[in-house]
Amino acid sequence: MAATGTKKLSELAKTIRSKNAGVDLITFDIIFSDRATYERVKRARVLTRESVQRLYGLAPGRISDFVEFDPANAIKFTIYRLRPSGGPGDPDIFGAQQYAPLLDIEVPDA
Amino acid sequence: MDSLRIICPNGHLGFAPLRVESFRLGVAARPGCIAADSGSDDVGPIPLGTDTSTSPLAWQTQDLEYMLAASRQLDVPMIIGSAGDTGANSRVDLYVQIIKELAAKHRLPRFKVGYFYSEVGKEDLRFRMRAGETVAGLEAHQALTEAELDATERIVAMAGVHPFIALLRQGADVIIGGRSSDSCVFAAPAIHHGFPENHAYYLGKVLECASFCAEPYGGKETVLGEITADGVEVTAMHPAQRCTVASVAGHAMYERSNPYFEHVAGGTLDMSECRYEQVAEKTTRITGAKFKPAVEFRVKLEGAGKIGERYVGMVGIRDPYTIAHVDEVMGWARQQVRERFGDTGYELHYTVYGRDGIMGELEPLRHRPGHELCILVQGVAPTAAMAEEVCMTGTRQMFYARLPDVKGSAGSVAFALDEVLRASPAYRWTLNHTLRCDDPLELFPTHMTTAGG
Repeated sequence: MAATGTKKLSELAKTIRSKNAGVDLITFDIIFSDRATYERVKRARVLTRESVQRLYGLAPGRISDFVEFDPANAIKFTIYRLRPSGGPGDPDIFGAQQYAPLLDIEVPDA
Repeated sequence: MDSLRIICPNGHLGFAPLRVESFRLGVAARPGCIAADSGSDDVGPIPLGTDTSTSPLAWQTQDLEYMLAASRQLDVPMIIGSAGDTGANSRVDLYVQIIKELAAKHRLPRFKVGYFYSEVGKEDLRFRMRAGETVAGLEAHQALTEAELDATERIVAMAGVHPFIALLRQGADVIIGGRSSDSCVFAAPAIHHGFPENHAYYLGKVLECASFCAEPYGGKETVLGEITADGVEVTAMHPAQRCTVASVAGHAMYERSNPYFEHVAGGTLDMSECRYEQVAEKTTRITGAKFKPAVEFRVKLEGAGKIGERYVGMVGIRDPYTIAHVDEVMGWARQQVRERFGDTGYELHYTVYGRDGIMGELEPLRHRPGHELCILVQGVAPTAAMAEEVCMTGTRQMFYARLPDVKGSAGSVAFALDEVLRASPAYRWTLNHTLRCDDPLELFPTHMTTAGG
């Protein structure tokens, strides 16, 4: 259960997804239906370069881009793969199932 | 010409079939061009390495048939990029052959089929490297070495608008392209007709994945883009879909590391000043895109290299003690492979579903495995016989793993299949690079033939 006044990111976002961006990168998109919700999440600072680095246990330098993309009410970040997509042992060649840990991020009330 | 309308029925032709209802509505809007991209590096390095398609021939043929029938009926160009998933030469030849067969099947009057190749010969590239040309790595790839080149099976270059425009100038009615940037398939006819590059490249960017720029979500539906001297308008053709400011702006993010920039051969599309406006129920208008020509003309190269033949095995684990010590189980089996084959010359991969099978080292919950695990085993080696033995040893020896306090001493894992199965050979992406070119067409020889009549 979320603490009083907080909501999970999955309750606030319209879309939370991950996907290859070329063979070396996986990109994550968190898209909100309206500007107010998007601004609320931005203000809460729960989705930042640092928080993503902690959540995924990423070494410094693994995040290639982190963008707050106002035209689409979206937050977007991109990480380097350790090996290119599609080689033996890569369990997610499209990078499509890497977003799940984002769903439960707690967002405090605005 | 005041405007050009292009419809795109499929974001990756052949990978899944186009949806007919919205395609028919798109054709009824009498577009000036029908275009689609047919490739992706998402499918991994195996199709490029083995010179095959990942899409079934039946689906490729079906979509080409719908597009060809409509384009000949309207007498407007049909343009396909990245033929057959990889855009390799054999895939271009395949699509040209399909077009010829469809023309004969439908008794179409004679028309011109332009095509171009994208493969780059290894020796051509080696010659350029020895002449001092740097083949620069993109993203996580280092500059190309001759050793990596030697390990590469096949290379394709990513075309920009140039070979498409060259073929349109020669009067092609149908164009089958080798590997190409998705957006250039659509930008080329717009530039050919004299529309500004700023809007033309944006038109391509927004159309490339068909209905992925519309909402609600639903792939493989046709969208229509219209370019004028002043901007681009994009309209969803499916009755239940709309192109909204949010869906169109959101599409700029899809599959790209940065939503503001799109790099193609010859320059970069800068979308940071884009303005989006809902101009009708199903239509969004976009202005403000800027195309910035590159100082140096560099072309992206993709290459796949073979690692070896591959077998796969699978086991299950239910004992909680064994689950807690699964790394030791795999370690035991790996040690048996090592004693038989040594430390190198093969690969043995374990994927532990129920723990961190999907996310690996990124998995925050890998310390909390489920009550049962499934482990996928992959053995890769130079010969099929060795790959089979590596995989069989790496799989079956888990059954005999020696855990000190295990209660069940009759077998440490469960087999649904007491066998290992031959899988596709293992390949890896060796090239994700760029090469400088003097002439935008030098890597993309164009050809013209005819079909029908």
